[in-house]
Amino acid sequence: MALLRASGISKRFGGVVALSELSIGVEAGEAVGLVGPNGAGKTTLFNCLLGILRPDTGTVTFDGHDLSRMPVYRRARLGIGRTFQRIELFTEMTARDHLLVAERARRGNGAMWKDLLNRGDPTTDEQVRAAAVLSLLGIDDVADLPVEALSLGHGRLVELGRALITEPRLLLLDEPSSGLDRMESLALAQVLGRVQQERGTAILLVEHDLEMVERCVTRLCVLELGQLIADGPTATVMGDANVRRAYLGEAV
Amino acid sequence: MTHFLSFAIPGIPYGFVYALVAVGLVLTYKTSGVFNMAFAAQAYVSAAIYYGAVSQHHLSKWVGFVLAVVVAGPALGYVLDRLLFRHMRTAPTVVKLITGLGLLIGIPSIVQFFWPGQHQNPPSLSPKPNAVYHFGSYHIDGNQLVVIVAVLVVMAGLGVLFRFTALGLKMRAVVESPRMVELAGINADRVSSFAWMLSGFLAALAGVLLAPYYANIDATNFIALLVAAIAAAVFAGLASLPLALAGGLFLGIFQQVLTGYLPLNSIWATALRPSFPFIVLVLLLLFWPLVRRRREAGDPLAGVDPPPPALAASLRGATLDRLTTIIFPIFIVAYIGITLFLVPTHWLFLLTQGIVYATIFLSITALTGMSGQISLCQASFAGLGAFTAGQLATEFNINVIVALLIGGAVAAAAGALVAIPTLRLRGLYLALATLAFALLASNLLFPQSWLGNGDTGVNVPRPPGFNGNRAFFLLAMAVFAVCAVVVILVRKGTVGRYLSAMRGSQVAAETIGINPARAKITIFALSAGIAGVGGAMFGSLQGTTSGGDYNVFFSILWIVLVLTTGVRTVEGAVNAGIALVLVPELLSDLGGTSVFSFLGNRVTALSFFLFGIGALTYAKHPEGAVEFNKRRSLLWIAAWLDRRAGREPTAGVADAATLARGQAPALELSGDGQAVADGPAPVVPERSPHPGGP
Repeated sequence: MALLRASGISKRFGGVVALSELSIGVEAGEAVGLVGPNGAGKTTLFNCLLGILRPDTGTVTFDGHDLSRMPVYRRARLGIGRTFQRIELFTEMTARDHLLVAERARRGNGAMWKDLLNRGDPTTDEQVRAAAVLSLLGIDDVADLPVEALSLGHGRLVELGRALITEPRLLLLDEPSSGLDRMESLALAQVLGRVQQERGTAILLVEHDLEMVERCVTRLCVLELGQLIADGPTATVMGDANVRRAYLGEAV
Repeated sequence: MTHFLSFAIPGIPYGFVYALVAVGLVLTYKTSGVFNMAFAAQAYVSAAIYYGAVSQHHLSKWVGFVLAVVVAGPALGYVLDRLLFRHMRTAPTVVKLITGLGLLIGIPSIVQFFWPGQHQNPPSLSPKPNAVYHFGSYHIDGNQLVVIVAVLVVMAGLGVLFRFTALGLKMRAVVESPRMVELAGINADRVSSFAWMLSGFLAALAGVLLAPYYANIDATNFIALLVAAIAAAVFAGLASLPLALAGGLFLGIFQQVLTGYLPLNSIWATALRPSFPFIVLVLLLLFWPLVRRRREAGDPLAGVDPPPPALAASLRGATLDRLTTIIFPIFIVAYIGITLFLVPTHWLFLLTQGIVYATIFLSITALTGMSGQISLCQASFAGLGAFTAGQLATEFNINVIVALLIGGAVAAAAGALVAIPTLRLRGLYLALATLAFALLASNLLFPQSWLGNGDTGVNVPRPPGFNGNRAFFLLAMAVFAVCAVVVILVRKGTVGRYLSAMRGSQVAAETIGINPARAKITIFALSAGIAGVGGAMFGSLQGTTSGGDYNVFFSILWIVLVLTTGVRTVEGAVNAGIALVLVPELLSDLGGTSVFSFLGNRVTALSFFLFGIGALTYAKHPEGAVEFNKRRSLLWIAAWLDRRAGREPTAGVADAATLARGQAPALELSGDGQAVADGPAPVVPERSPHPGGP
């Protein structure tokens, strides 16, 4: 059974049909790419999967749970992590604080009485886990700077780390390489590869950088005008004539 | 139908005035991005000028009208735009809101300062105010007629202006999109100046038209007017002028119609009618699609504070830390000792009062300092705590300390009750909703005999064993200390970090598993609970306390004051509490000297003016005056320590330069802390161009 299954998802914004009867599945541990021209509905799909938007029709199940009426934070605790196309950081915190707060939040330990007994501080265990993720991403050296002082590339890595530390079973990545230079993108692809292989995390990757897509995923889905026009092994889909016309913009 | 109309017709003049104010609010909101809370103050100023000219100086009504409405109104609007709001168009919501609220406190105080004492209601503009005009079985009087005629003329004028003149066209364009207008080569600043003058004129007209209806001209009356108009403006989605007009009219009419259908002589009937606009405002904020739609489309109002700089405490290195751990206890003991044994009784009372206020203000430190949201009903929570404690202690003979705690718990429950329906609201909309709640508490709850007991108030005895002034001072210090420790622990604990995350990005906070509803309800309950305990202490200090001590004016004054001194630290709350008590006291001592004897009965007005105008510094120093000065002195000490150790005070100098530019030197600050602690000048880690690169 698929880890994530979305079936018959539709979403309209006024007269604009962002998604129309879209169905997509991701197996456990699988890396899937999602490409398509701007406005194809990729980010809308992410928002529907995570519950930030409520689809007009269709259902989403994750690991056998029906997500339809579940708020965002509960879906996150079930094991769906994500990063954002337009970077969303906690502006007042350092990179390390981002990871520590995410580690705490994933277990839903937010009772105020613990704070009052001065038990709100990060535990040694949490510190160790945060340090591990920081070094996996190679951002130990900037871990204690406020994120506002970081470059966009570092900021994207902090976002990724914040998602990773919650040990998601599925990671939704929304254009993680936009704004990164070539070297940074390569490093990012490497990290993603390690995460997927070592932790068995499934990845759904929205990306315009096709080199990065080829490097990271084994299966590719192509979205156009809210509909899935191709779904299959990366190489096959890349060679598909329809895909080349719709997305790659090549004369056929 | 006859019954309905006979009540509806007297409502028309009210409706027209609400509409006038609502149109003025929408006008300035759309042309300058400022939701002008000072609008009520502008109306009040003109009403007072009109009263002064006509009733005191016996000028003709028309001279008074020209002075108040044609000259003073637009002039004040122009000054506000020119000096303040023009520079804030892109500032965060909280900055604009607090500036407006500061003016709402400060401007009426200027009037009070120059014209101390009561202002009775001035004569109506109508030449024959008492004449009655009949049509069919209905009638209106001359005063009502003049309101209707004046507003109709102004609305017609606005219609012509917007439809047929070039300036009107530009204003309509600015209302649609100021950026597009600037791209088209129009000076949006000039258009906005004109909009402010026009809205100043509308405010002035509303003030002068309504003044004859009030028993005396009082800033609180105009706040109630403002809230009714806000309801109409929210009905219009803060965008549409015709809808604002319609909303105001409906509100005025239905408020009067309500009179005809409520049972007479019950407290609910007398209290419910004036509260009708507040209830409507709450319902609109919660359910009106125009409000909900704005939020979904990425509401520009939903902004939070600018990211504040790290707390100055992070500047302290090891040397200073050691010094602080020694000096702080000495300071506290000395302070308590001096207060207990050296100062006169009167001052002991004042200092106790200051600490009790500081306890209440910690509730603002908790809510606004951690979540970045503004609540305008903190005084209501304080009142709820005080009345609950008083009723329990006097009616049920419960031990006063226990009653204080129950008062806090009841206030906390009320805080959660306020938080639950307003979960989706943020920024300006949350502030408006809490404003309405505050007015509802003052008008509906506090007059009830089982709670606030109206103007008579409630006795809140002092706890047994704490009757003496010295003992009570110690109790107040202890209660404050407990609340302060709670705030500090929660801020650095999980809840505080969750709130900090949500403030940075609510959507990202949810995607890592933070339950935003739970965090918000928790902090609202905690904040209200602290306010409740503080309020109960206040009641206990005074002995008797009534609803007048906790009206919305105080909520506004308090939040303005705490934001000015510093909302992120306990020190800010202490300074605000002491300032609230000592500034009037020192001014009145000053008034006792021969040179400043003119101060006399103007002391309260002058201190409120100072508190209100102090809020204008918030735009520049959102971290607060206390925090700003603390950082400056810490930097100075750090540089001094550097010099003594023979080091180059590079970091300190760099920070001072950054500070002078008014920027948050976040990076350098953490470096400076190391400079003091570790000796060598800090090396700010260079940004690697290839993060995680091989």
